[in-house]
Amino acid sequence: MEDIFTIANKNFNSRLIVGTGKYKNFEETANAVKASGAEIVTVAVRRVNILNKDQPILMDYLDPKSITYLPNTAGCYSSEEALRTLRLAREMGGWRLVKLEVLGDKKTLYPNMIETIKSTEVLVKEGFEVMVYCTDDPIMTKKLEDSGACAIMPLGAPIGSGLGIQNKMNIKLIKEQSVVPVIVDAGVGTASDATIAMELGCDGVLINTAIAEAKNPILMAYAMKHAVIAGRKAYKAERMKKRKYGSASSPQSNLI
Amino acid sequence: MNNLNVAKIQLNGDSYEINNGTNLSKLLNKLKIQTNKVAIEVNGEIIERNKYQNLILNKDDKVEIVHFIGGG
Repeated sequence: MEDIFTIANKNFNSRLIVGTGKYKNFEETANAVKASGAEIVTVAVRRVNILNKDQPILMDYLDPKSITYLPNTAGCYSSEEALRTLRLAREMGGWRLVKLEVLGDKKTLYPNMIETIKSTEVLVKEGFEVMVYCTDDPIMTKKLEDSGACAIMPLGAPIGSGLGIQNKMNIKLIKEQSVVPVIVDAGVGTASDATIAMELGCDGVLINTAIAEAKNPILMAYAMKHAVIAGRKAYKAERMKKRKYGSASSPQSNLI
Repeated sequence: MNNLNVAKIQLNGDSYEINNGTNLSKLLNKLKIQTNKVAIEVNGEIIERNKYQNLILNKDDKVEIVHFIGGG
């Protein structure tokens, strides 16, 4: 049975989005992306290294024609910086689908929701399709949705922490009330975390560090692919009810 | 030493010397940068690709050339 994942009217088969940062080299990045089965990858916008022009570039390893590039605003701490970054990304090749991330604190990398909401409004007016990294606060995510975000991406835990989903109840509440896709972005540490996100009903998961910093990133990418599929299927299958006491699995009649 | 034929611009945060009258296309050519893989800002304003040829750089212009790199 087909289970299509739709963001901003674009259809995808994989519900796993992967980041392309923190890898040893572009070859490893490309191999991990391939193993993950992801059809969307996040990318950052940075200055070209003028002095070392022979350095390899990401586009030579991940073809933007065959995989959806999702430009991000990682490292931006104000609406102004984020808008500048995404406008440049759009100029580079017409990217309208973008990931907005406006941070508020260097230590926790926690999002600044005031600047985030402000930026979302401007970007939507300018014709961008904005997937928004945000706190796991249902009031804030509702505001983002009202501002025109095409996907809500609450954190499970701080970026790069690998702590897993800290507030399952909030993620569930956010999913229940949202019309646009909800994607857990940040905090996943290992495969079971990704499965939990999907079992909670989320539409997708965005993972970078948990794959890139695994001892074997390619194997972890493969694990994440299956973790997301398992979680999604378990959610769709609708799990059994929990009981306080045991319930035998074998019939109790005709015992010898 | 002042050379009347050259001008200093700020390129990605560093001082960079160009010949007077250099346009953006020429600069990219010299830097061996493929235009379809970058975006450019001059003095804070994004320049559309079809305007590179006509944009002559002036002394003290701030040029930012960016591209995509790995990121989460």
